[in-house]
Amino acid sequence: MANGTNNTMSMSSVLPWIIAAIALVILPFVFTGGGSITIMNQIGITIVLAMSYNMLLGQGGMLSFGHAVYMGLGGFVAVHVMNIVEYQEIWLPLPFLPLVGGLVGLGFATIIGSFSTRKAGTVFAMISLGIGELIAACCIIITVFFGGEEGISGDRTMAPPTFGIEFISQKEVYFLIAFWVLVSTFLMYLFTQTPVGKMANAVRDNPERAEFVGYSMRWVRFVSFCAAGFFAGVAGGLFAINFEILTELNLNLNASFTVLLATYIGGVGFFLGPIVGAILFTLLQTVIGLKTDLWALYTGVVFILTVMFLPAGITGFFAMHLVPWHLGRFGMLLKPYAKIFLPALMFVIGAVGLTELVNHSRHHGDEVLMSLFWVEFNTKSAVPYIVLVLLTAVGFWFSRLFAREVKEAWGDATFVEGQGR
Amino acid sequence: MDLIIINIIDGLIYGLLLFMLSSGLTLIFSMMGVLNLSHAAFYMLGAYFAYQISLVIGFWVGLIVAPVLVTILGALVERYGLRRVHQYGHVPELIFTFGLFFVIEESVQYIWGRNMVPYNSPESLNFIAINLAGGSIPAYKVFMLLVSVAIFVALYYVLARTRIGMIIQAALSYPKTVEALGHNVPLVFMGVFGVGTGLAGLAGVIAGPSLTTFPGMAFLLGSIVFVCVVVGGLGSLTGAFLASLLIGWLQTFAASYNIGAADILIAMGYEYPKDVYYHPWRDLWTLTLPQIGPILPYLLLILVLVFRPYGLFGRRDS
Amino acid sequence: MKIFKKLTAMVMAIGVLIGSSAFADTVKIAFIDPLSGPFATTGSNGLAEWKFAVEKLVNEKGGVLGGKKMEVVALDNKMDGKESLIQVQVAIDQGIRFIAQGNSSGIANAITDMVKKHNKRNPDKRVIFINYSAVDPALTNDKCNFWHFRFDANADIKMDAITDVIAQVPSIKKMYLIGQDYSFGKAVAAAAEKYLAEKTSINIVGNELHPIGKVKDFTPYARKILASGADAVITGNWGADMVNLGRSLSESGFKGPIYCYYCASNGITGTFGAAGKGMLHLVGEGLHNPATPELTAYHKAFKAKYPKWDLSQPRIINAAQMLAAAINKAGTADDMVAVASALEGMEFDSKLLGTKVLMRAKDHQAIQNVHVGIHTDDVEIDYDNSGYGIKIFKTVEMASMDSATSCKMKRP
Repeated sequence: MANGTNNTMSMSSVLPWIIAAIALVILPFVFTGGGSITIMNQIGITIVLAMSYNMLLGQGGMLSFGHAVYMGLGGFVAVHVMNIVEYQEIWLPLPFLPLVGGLVGLGFATIIGSFSTRKAGTVFAMISLGIGELIAACCIIITVFFGGEEGISGDRTMAPPTFGIEFISQKEVYFLIAFWVLVSTFLMYLFTQTPVGKMANAVRDNPERAEFVGYSMRWVRFVSFCAAGFFAGVAGGLFAINFEILTELNLNLNASFTVLLATYIGGVGFFLGPIVGAILFTLLQTVIGLKTDLWALYTGVVFILTVMFLPAGITGFFAMHLVPWHLGRFGMLLKPYAKIFLPALMFVIGAVGLTELVNHSRHHGDEVLMSLFWVEFNTKSAVPYIVLVLLTAVGFWFSRLFAREVKEAWGDATFVEGQGR
Repeated sequence: MDLIIINIIDGLIYGLLLFMLSSGLTLIFSMMGVLNLSHAAFYMLGAYFAYQISLVIGFWVGLIVAPVLVTILGALVERYGLRRVHQYGHVPELIFTFGLFFVIEESVQYIWGRNMVPYNSPESLNFIAINLAGGSIPAYKVFMLLVSVAIFVALYYVLARTRIGMIIQAALSYPKTVEALGHNVPLVFMGVFGVGTGLAGLAGVIAGPSLTTFPGMAFLLGSIVFVCVVVGGLGSLTGAFLASLLIGWLQTFAASYNIGAADILIAMGYEYPKDVYYHPWRDLWTLTLPQIGPILPYLLLILVLVFRPYGLFGRRDS
Repeated sequence: MKIFKKLTAMVMAIGVLIGSSAFADTVKIAFIDPLSGPFATTGSNGLAEWKFAVEKLVNEKGGVLGGKKMEVVALDNKMDGKESLIQVQVAIDQGIRFIAQGNSSGIANAITDMVKKHNKRNPDKRVIFINYSAVDPALTNDKCNFWHFRFDANADIKMDAITDVIAQVPSIKKMYLIGQDYSFGKAVAAAAEKYLAEKTSINIVGNELHPIGKVKDFTPYARKILASGADAVITGNWGADMVNLGRSLSESGFKGPIYCYYCASNGITGTFGAAGKGMLHLVGEGLHNPATPELTAYHKAFKAKYPKWDLSQPRIINAAQMLAAAINKAGTADDMVAVASALEGMEFDSKLLGTKVLMRAKDHQAIQNVHVGIHTDDVEIDYDNSGYGIKIFKTVEMASMDSATSCKMKRP
């Protein structure tokens, strides 16, 4: 972010938030189709969680394998509070429930962060793994609080009505979630603008120098960790409201792995990265999941490819293009991109098709017909195999051929005098 | 008393199996500075490869061929995957191996299906070797023990007596100097990663018939192996060895004795609640040692990392 | 704004996907179980059984409501509670009124809770929950509700049957109870304690729970069981926990029977093979050997279409037919109060499984014949195409017919 004058700065920085707010309000009226609000709610919760994870990995360079713990704990307490409210022992309107979750997340993060953030890297990652395993195991053992593997459920409609809203319908819940997504996103943005938030980046990139400036790396990591715990807890509170149940599955290692996958695919280190990741990942799970039982395999492959070829994630890929854009050389890239698009698409369709076809003929032997990419055909005949193998091979060959051109064009487009490539 | 002896043997077999996994992991770490999170996935691959070979040819061929296949695969992963990610830094390397775990796990399910597979010990080892106190130790377990010991001896010999072992040894203590001497060639990296994963593969081959070959086997054993190397000290073979045995015995003994929290509480003078299932502290009153046995290693992991971040025998950090 | 465009496109795709099937003239059942991930085989097998049952036993016999076809819509819950609730919501939004689920009592608890709340909040879009496999007794006791129907015998009923059989085996003097540390494992242990004390003088020499899916090596448990001098073991373990326990026991020299809830099919029968012969005693409804001639023919047709799968959850056969009968009796597939009332208390004569099935009105628990069978290769119908299967050893007719329930059913 460039240092403009204060006035224009505030105007240009407020505008995206207003647009986002309007978009969030309009969305449920655009997608009235069945199931879409349910999925949007899920996306919203994942966004908050992924963004809080980005505070650790993207901004602080801390690789955590136990981030879902803070969301889960926040969520569990939120459900318990929901039940207490139901029996009218305390008075708390539902929209404030995520705050309860957040405070719980913050509390636990403060305790655990006090010793786990002493070191970054492998040590931090291993402690987070151990904590994740421990708390998940406690979930099953301490049934009084966690309810065993059945979990704890509540009823959100029993809270005192807020402005006459009882949160019966999914849409009402959507607006509550949307509100909290916006608020948390804004707060997390503010965090990146604080000295601690800025130092977190410095600590990640160059620990020694950051230390010289006079900041304790450990302190910076600790503060980031606590803040991340808070927002994870908020996500847990939202989860409690939306699903009205929390189980061990919400805070075990798999749940933590999911956050890592979503955030990384979206792009760590970019503010928008986790948002993109959360949206894509949830859709991958729900939409692709409806189509194929191999969705997890595809997710894994996409993840590995992201790590190998797009270390900054999908957002990073788009952000990369800002350089040629500013240099006015974006046009140079268009032709090679257009050229590689078709073979790349062919390769992907061929490879995915082949994978699906083999899977279908091996595991669904009962049904001879299958449809792939809206084409229906007979799996017993050799034709689809030949077509798909050809697609894959030809696509691969031409992709490699054109990849060189893309590389060259990319080099030219981003070439800056005096800096080398 | 007899039960204790038999538990010691059981724990030893399990601990040595863990060492076969953790030795490879710690070797890779000491050479490359990266904790291979996909290590257990190679263990699983070893078991499935051996299963496939045992279907076609036989168990004994699988015992030799499967680890070799895993070694080659590991070397390829290093050459075409890890080496590329290396340039981005340390955390991306970790994340790469983490992603690899997923892909291997999913691929195994894609190829062999999601059920457990009937990978069984060979007929020639289907007899009872030792009878002790009414319990018996099957010959296959003795065979597992022998293979583990053989690997331990071989590893020790290679590291202590051969040239390549010297380089690896030196890398443990003076990684920078070894690098400067020009030894840290990519080939050694590839080789160490291959051999490390190959050891995991071998562990899978011999553990498969005993601990069941199923898609969840990598996840089940994966994190416990990290506990072994981290508790022992990252990069320390001795540490990995002792930690593996420690955890092997810890888990075996924790599962063997039904010491309950109730016994301790009563000894402390508390009264057993009348209707324990509705008591607010019911979880504490009904808690037993076997219930928490499998999570004890993680507690150990956290404690060690908090109070001795380098592990029990480690000398340097990542 | 790129993100929102992307979102728009994607969500529209979902909308199209969902909208297109909303008005077709079929009665839909949403099948919500794991179809991907480590538990997918159980789910996929169940789906095959549902599809086949609906096709053969309902649609080929004229469908429901004078010619409407029934259709099974598969939704993958990935064995995850959250994902299950999303899929239930998606199913409801698609206009589906029947939810079938079975794998995991934890998920069944979450669904029954959600269905209860949903039906209260949306009286015009009520749904019925067909629980075809989850056996946690609480579902038809404390947590029962009008919309939930269970077609499997619950854990208590099965234990009632097991202990009936055990009481007739005089050689068993000492029993060891071992199970996974969660609600189902605890329910099995509690029921075993209760029934063994009521019916026999068997001494329980061990009663313990181990963490679910976390034990790598069961050898120490096997040693302990042997050292206790137990003559038999009762366990509710499933999956790898079941196989590893059984295997460690036989390796350590245990000779007695293991009474189990989930020790067949889904690779377990194949993995045990000869090692499990005579050792594994499975409790369940609808076991096959010997089978009625109708079932033999049905099984043959099933295997022709799904060679990989087994009829491992025979209650699905009853569930599909009884649901169709209830819809016909109610004369509607839209008014769930009418359908549920028709299903409640229904008596059904299952020719295929050779049993009467009574859907008990007071708790919506199906009462039927429950068998205890032995793992052997002397079978007509095998599991996992392994040559091994379960042969019926004893049958308890209409097991737990008069058992008590703590269910206080609230009817609309």
